Amino acid sequence: MGVIHVTDRAGQRHTLEAIEGWRVMEIIRDWGLPIEGLCGGACECATCHVFVAEEWLGRLYPPTEEEEDQLDTVMTQPNSRLSCQILWTPELDGLEVTLAPTGA
Amino acid sequence: MTDHIETDVVIIGAGPVGLFAVFELGLLDIKCHLIDILPKVGGQCAELYPEKPIYDIPGFPMVTGQGLVDNLMAQIEPFHPTFHLNEMVESLESIGTPEAPLFRVKTSENGTTFTCKAVIIAAGGGSFQPKKPPIENIEAYEGTGVYYAVRKMEMFRNKKVLIVGGGDSALDWTVNLQPIAKRLTLLHRRDAFRAAPHTVEKMRSLVASGEMDLHLGQVTSLKGEEPVLEGAVIRKDDGSEFTVDCDVMLPFFGLTMKLGPIADWGLNLHENLIPVDTEKFETNVPGIFAIGDINTYPGKLKLILSGFHEGALAAQKVHRYVYPEKKLLFQYTTSSTSLQKKLGVAA
Ligand SMILES: Cc1cc2nc3c(=O)[nH]c(=O)nc-3n(C[C@H](O)[C@H](O)[C@H](O)COP(=O)(O)OP(=O)(O)OC[C@H]3O[C@@H](n4cnc5c(N)ncnc54)[C@H](O)[C@@H]3O)c2cc1C
Ligand code: FES
Repeated sequence: MGVIHVTDRAGQRHTLEAIEGWRVMEIIRDWGLPIEGLCGGACECATCHVFVAEEWLGRLYPPTEEEEDQLDTVMTQPNSRLSCQILWTPELDGLEVTLAPTGA
Repeated sequence: MTDHIETDVVIIGAGPVGLFAVFELGLLDIKCHLIDILPKVGGQCAELYPEKPIYDIPGFPMVTGQGLVDNLMAQIEPFHPTFHLNEMVESLESIGTPEAPLFRVKTSENGTTFTCKAVIIAAGGGSFQPKKPPIENIEAYEGTGVYYAVRKMEMFRNKKVLIVGGGDSALDWTVNLQPIAKRLTLLHRRDAFRAAPHTVEKMRSLVASGEMDLHLGQVTSLKGEEPVLEGAVIRKDDGSEFTVDCDVMLPFFGLTMKLGPIADWGLNLHENLIPVDTEKFETNVPGIFAIGDINTYPGKLKLILSGFHEGALAAQKVHRYVYPEKKLLFQYTTSSTSLQKKLGVAA
């Protein structure tokens, strides 16, 4: 067991319990924070877009070409990732992410 | 001028479930028209995952999203449904009685009106609409300086055009609008493009010869006294910012699904889904049915398989509205000569 920290769109920080092998999108969604995850984690919608805290960026697997293609469909920052493409493992205990703004 | 069409059933949404409903209705001699906002049929299968394999369609160990859609189109061919693509259903009005329902359906784009005895809403996750980038105040420029689609190229003649995106639409419109624009700039977040290689090559050669500009970065804000657009502030990966002068910005970020006008049709809604009964998949309004991903009931599974089943059951009740005098006999396609004649396979 471990946790992830998620800052929502109103700036409030939540600490969520994480389960090994679950996607970060699923953890955020299952705790009821407003993440859409329209495609269920199939890397087809980019509605699970998050900004990863600088110090964590280098500790994640780099995005695949498929993830980069989906990231092209939203407004990114250099620390943008799709949370459905991050599998939580105990090494990610304390991972810090912020929900990206949604379009209109 | 608006077209007016009279038919038995209007199906809203030409995703896999709407398509298969044509088959189930066709077996019962019920005619239908399908309407979809997308320029192509197939809903999520064709738009979101045409090349991905699906493994849980009965009888197909594996079929791709587009493969399934192609097979559905072949299967419903004998019933000659009419498609109205690129049209959004805006309004649905009941003009009959609960015993003898009658509906008026209107679309936006070129304003087709339909009168029909039953409506099947197969709208899935909602209508596909362009993704809007979350830029402050972008709405203030929509329709004057910001457009999500190109309807008439002439609108952009002699304009300073900024195109944002790296997919097919962005690249196609870049090479098409470059010759008529005063100056064209393409902005993308990275130096890799998901578009036809020859279009990318054409764009690169235009950049090399100085006929257009390519920048890597993201728009952070828009400039100009609303609603007149004058420029876009762009941030590069290294954090530095600069402004590109432009009269119009065309963001091409692909599509997303939004419930859309369905919310205004007087139907019960539960978390953006339409509650139905599980006997006939009818909504709270007699004569309006909801099948596929858009509906909800205890135990609902959002699977293509479930949507097919729901269409078959809805068709039985639709038959009663379309042919109130006729008794419906249950028949198998394997053994019924009359069904086989309808399918064009009987000797
Ligand atoms: C990546 C991914 C993988 C999937 N894998 C599977 C799988 O393996 N197995 C499975 O069973 N399911 C799978 N699904 C789910 C499956 O795609 C859906 O269950 C299915 O597409 C639902 O079909 P539908 O016809 O109800 O709706 P949709 O496919 O959503 O089609 C609805 C159509 O209605 C149109 N529409 C909506 N409102 C309007 C309006 N007002 N006017 C005009 N048009 C309108 C939309 O534009 C759309 O084309 C997957 C989904 C995704 C995203
Ligand atoms: S949930 Fe759709 S891309 Fe992550």
